[in-house]
Amino acid sequence: MEILRFMVKRAGQAVIVVFIVTIIVFLLLHSLPGGPARGVLGIQATPEQLELFNKEQGLDRPLVIQYLDYLGRLLQGNLGESFVLNASVSDLLSQRVPKTLVLSVLSAVVALSIAIPVGLWQAARRNRPADYALTALSFVAYATPVFFLGLVMIIVFTQWFPWLPSQAPQADTVWGIFAEPAALVLPVVTGALGMIAVFSRYMRSSTLDNLSEDYVRTALAKGTSRKVVLRRHVFRNSLTSVVTMLGYYIPVLFGGALVVEQLFNYPGMGLLFWNAAQTPDFPVLLGCVLIISIATVIGSLLADLTQVLIDPRVRESQ
Amino acid sequence: MSHTALQPTATIENDLPAPVSNRALMIRRLLRNKLAVAGIAVVLFAFVFSFLGPLLYPTDQMHVDLGSAGLAPGDGHPLGTDAVGFDQLGRMMVGGQVSLVIGLAAGILATMIGSVWGSVAGYAGGWIDAVMMRIVDSGIAIPALFILLVISAITSPNSLTMIVVIAALSWLVPSRLVRAETLSLKQRDYVLTLRGIGGSHWRVVGRHIVPNTVSTLVVNATFQVADAILLVAYVSYLGMGVQAPSTDWGGMLSAGLNAAYSGQWWLILPPGIAIILVVCAFNAIGDGLRDMFDVKGQQ
Repeated sequence: MEILRFMVKRAGQAVIVVFIVTIIVFLLLHSLPGGPARGVLGIQATPEQLELFNKEQGLDRPLVIQYLDYLGRLLQGNLGESFVLNASVSDLLSQRVPKTLVLSVLSAVVALSIAIPVGLWQAARRNRPADYALTALSFVAYATPVFFLGLVMIIVFTQWFPWLPSQAPQADTVWGIFAEPAALVLPVVTGALGMIAVFSRYMRSSTLDNLSEDYVRTALAKGTSRKVVLRRHVFRNSLTSVVTMLGYYIPVLFGGALVVEQLFNYPGMGLLFWNAAQTPDFPVLLGCVLIISIATVIGSLLADLTQVLIDPRVRESQ
Repeated sequence: MSHTALQPTATIENDLPAPVSNRALMIRRLLRNKLAVAGIAVVLFAFVFSFLGPLLYPTDQMHVDLGSAGLAPGDGHPLGTDAVGFDQLGRMMVGGQVSLVIGLAAGILATMIGSVWGSVAGYAGGWIDAVMMRIVDSGIAIPALFILLVISAITSPNSLTMIVVIAALSWLVPSRLVRAETLSLKQRDYVLTLRGIGGSHWRVVGRHIVPNTVSTLVVNATFQVADAILLVAYVSYLGMGVQAPSTDWGGMLSAGLNAAYSGQWWLILPPGIAIILVVCAFNAIGDGLRDMFDVKGQQ
């Protein structure tokens, strides 16, 4: 019953948070100087044309009215029409989001399957030269901007050693993307590196925390071998906290996707957003930010709930 | 929660001589951390290079000089020139000024905003705390890079607006940290005593709670600066940073993109490596300070 109450309370908070997000983002975008009319119609537009555009799009009304109007349509699942592309925002997002998900999930899978063993290995060899070397490496990887890494990768693997294409798959369908596996290599690896750095650090410290717990000492005292303790007890406990971390990592994942998609010309949501920012195409920008925010809120909600469900110790502290 | 960092600030209130030995011990602990020392050295070097460098190595970073565009490193131009003829070494210096100043100022400003917000929320408690923390939750859910990109695209930012906007987007994490510490600090005996003898709320927050979170704040500010430098680089790389002829390291990478594909490595390697080194350095200092203060619960 306690758990149920916690879950309901936490979900309620999430709904409130999404609501506040819509207010912040809407007001922020609409209170910026210049406005969308100038961006869409160009610098040669006459004041009359600008006025007409604002009137047509309802941009001349008070902000509060515009917001309530936006919210009302949002609740019906209507994200508006793009100013530039002749399509509705929901159509654009439903085309682009799956592609971004494919790339992000692939990157995350690659990253975790490297980061988790590396972090565990480092913890088991704490403060030895190999641990220091990997720590230094993860410092550098964390500090490397995604675009710089991608740039170097493009130069090395498409020019010096022309093994891979420098452009990501351009297919229209999600399945078409997998038809060009070679073209996926650079974007996926570029997206994965920073995540490897973060999650190997996290796995290492989580494993170290678990190693200092009483149950490890008990297991060792019973005569269980170090290897078995590490694999059976420590690994499982550390893994859950690392997987939970994934829920909080969603905004970073989308930020990385933005840069990777722009760099490798991959037609996902990141590229859609980047193009919309140039115009600026307000409805598209709002739609993208909203989707990411909702994903972030759901991610941390799931992370919190998972923790409470699987770990009785967290449950008690709530 | 009782760590040595609490003692010096607590004694200032009582007008006792500061326990120098304790502070010296902490500084010694920091200096024993070789990574942190290396980080301090790198940061100092980056500042000297960017701000004093132009005095020793003056270059024209205002006027394009197409006659000497795209030169490889060599005589007169140790790092070559870029596509419009700016000397690359000199450009690293002026670009460094922008990157470092924005990163440092935004990181510190974000930490300050966060500490005020977090301490007020944690100290006030109740519905004020709930409202303030839901706002923080919402802010964290909004992707900073995306918002920054939109604002930059529309307003053509200068350094000052970049500082304010980045700070406005990154004060959220420090506010959570400070709130958590405030929750525990406000139950301490000396705070309860001060309240009991009639001390005002402002006095409690200003003189006791905020000073006692200084160690957390300093550590967090260091990481904030590292993240801010990266964020500036991302925005500039995406073509929406400070306006030409001003630039920063991320903007240099963006400008050198096409030339780099045709083999002009000197346009992207120096700024890229500079960003990595400085961000690593700030993170190493942060780690060192965290060990020095023995602050827990931070990445």
